[in-house]
Order: sequence, then C-alpha cells, then structure tokens
Amino acid sequence: MNGLLGKKIGMTSIFDDAGHVVPCTVIEAGPCFVTQIKTKDRDGYQAVQLGFEMKRERLVKKPAKGHFAKASVKPLRIIREFRDEAVEVQPGQEFKVDSVFNKGDVVSVIGTSKGKGFQGVVRRHHFGGGARTHGQSDRERAPGSIGSSSSPSRVFKGMRMAGRMGGEQITVRNLKVVGIIPDSNLLLIRGSVPGAINGYLEIRKTTAH
Amino acid sequence: MDKLKLVDATQMKSDIPAFSPGDIVNVHVRVVEGDKERIQQFQGVVLGRHGSGMSATFTVRKISDGVGVERIFPLHSPRIAKVEKVKEGVVRRAKLYYLRELAGKAIRQKTNA
Repeated sequence: MNGLLGKKIGMTSIFDDAGHVVPCTVIEAGPCFVTQIKTKDRDGYQAVQLGFEMKRERLVKKPAKGHFAKASVKPLRIIREFRDEAVEVQPGQEFKVDSVFNKGDVVSVIGTSKGKGFQGVVRRHHFGGGARTHGQSDRERAPGSIGSSSSPSRVFKGMRMAGRMGGEQITVRNLKVVGIIPDSNLLLIRGSVPGAINGYLEIRKTTAH
Repeated sequence: MDKLKLVDATQMKSDIPAFSPGDIVNVHVRVVEGDKERIQQFQGVVLGRHGSGMSATFTVRKISDGVGVERIFPLHSPRIAKVEKVKEGVVRRAKLYYLRELAGKAIRQKTNA
C-alpha cells in the first residue's frame, strides 16, 4: 500500500535528533481495511479500496452492509480508493501505520479545509482593498471595478468576488513523516495539514522524486 | 486529546528537578561543534517559567562580562543535559522581568539568594 486513511488528532511539537523543536501534526492513521479490489478486467482500472474507522452496525444501510460483508470486514465510516500498480492485497486485509509508513517518508495529505463562511475579497482572494484615507469613507475592503461597461457589457466568468470560502478539498504535498507510534497507530507529520481536529484525511506516499 | 498527550509523553523528561523563578540554576547545555560534543554551563537566575507540558520553557539570566545575557531553554530539550539548582531564591512574583533593570547587589537582595 502507498497510502492510508486517518483522522487529525491535533498539533504538538517534538524534538528531532539534533534537538531542534519540530512542529508536527498528529494523525491517527489506521487501522485501515481493504474493502474491495478493483481490477482492470472487471472495473476498467486497478485500485484498492480502503475503509477506515468502525461504524455501528445499526447505522449502516443494507447495500453498504453487503459490500462490507463481501470483504468480511466490520462496517466502516470512510471509504477511499487508491490507484495502485500491482499490489498483492486481499479483501479484508488490515493495514496499520507501521506497515505502510516509515520515518522520513515524503507524503501528500488530502483533507477538507475548515469552512470560513461567506468572506469578502480581501480575505478570500487577498485583494488589497481601497485606500484608508484620501477622502474614503466606505470602500476600505471593496473589490473595486469588476469590468468595463458597454464592451463587453458583462462580467467575465471566473471573476474573483466575495463568496463561500473553505470547506473544500485541499492537498498539501511534500510533507515529511517525522515519527510513528505503532501501538496507537499515530503518524507524526511535520507542519500543518488541512481541516479541523477529528477531520478525515487521506495520506499518500509520494513516489518518484 | 489523550492521544496528543501520548505523543508528548514520548518526548518529555521525567528527571527535571523542581525549580522556580528566583532560583539560581546551572544549566548544562550540550554543544555540538563539528562532530564533537561538549557540555557548556550556563548559570544564572531563573526569570520565569512558561507554558506547560511538552512546550514548557524557562528563562535564565546572567551577567557575563558586565553584559546581561538571557537564554530561553525548552524544558524538555534533549540538548539540556542537566539542570542543577544552585541556590533557592525567595520572590513574590512569577515573572522577574524587573531584575533586568537592577544591578548585581540589588538582584541578590530581591531574590534573597
């Protein structure tokens, strides 16, 4: 496997071998279970489907129940696919953090960023806003002109304006694994990762550098 | 939150002696020069302790050749070989920043050290 699913626990700091303080995010990565294997013949592409975090039996809908039963695993909350080249895994197989990651690995972390609500252009697109002085009274955080008038008589698509911010999928690449605690399936990654505490994450090993 | 503490527990030292602001401590710092490692001592008054858990730090001030020098140490840093309490001080404040304005004798009087 070259990736796992996990949950953000929080941030702390650790000391590296040289004694420097390293800021790190703690992620509970695994145990993950293989719920399905997709093959080129049957599905048109090759992938391994992983599930993470047990779910109460009562909360599982019937079709999902059958899907999990097929792989003979307990019902799981999060399911993601990992496109893999030739991996020998069995349905129902369990992956723990130490069977996938090692200290020093470079990974990408995919998560859903914290929702920021409806935000103006200064926050959302880093616009400069208007002048604070020179007779200004009400345009300090205004977007300014959004286009010219009779030609083209419309606002171009994709014009950056105020609106909903955050709550979208974010990938952070080139993060380093600085530690692993196998007993409790904890993964320590240098720096920050997207999303709130208890948010679900996808951690993928970066191959070929 | 418990799992965060689990991570911190792997990093924290358990053999740190009790010391408080106003005490005079001798901090043994590991210094790496090239491929050699030696111990450097830094002795001075503890101005304050900051933070808790893994990220706790403390500030030590000394007068070196007439110049005041302050160092902030992470309490659990592996670079600190040892912290020795040399003398206990009696102070009525948690942060002794006012000692920066005072000279040698006045500091001794203020900390009763």
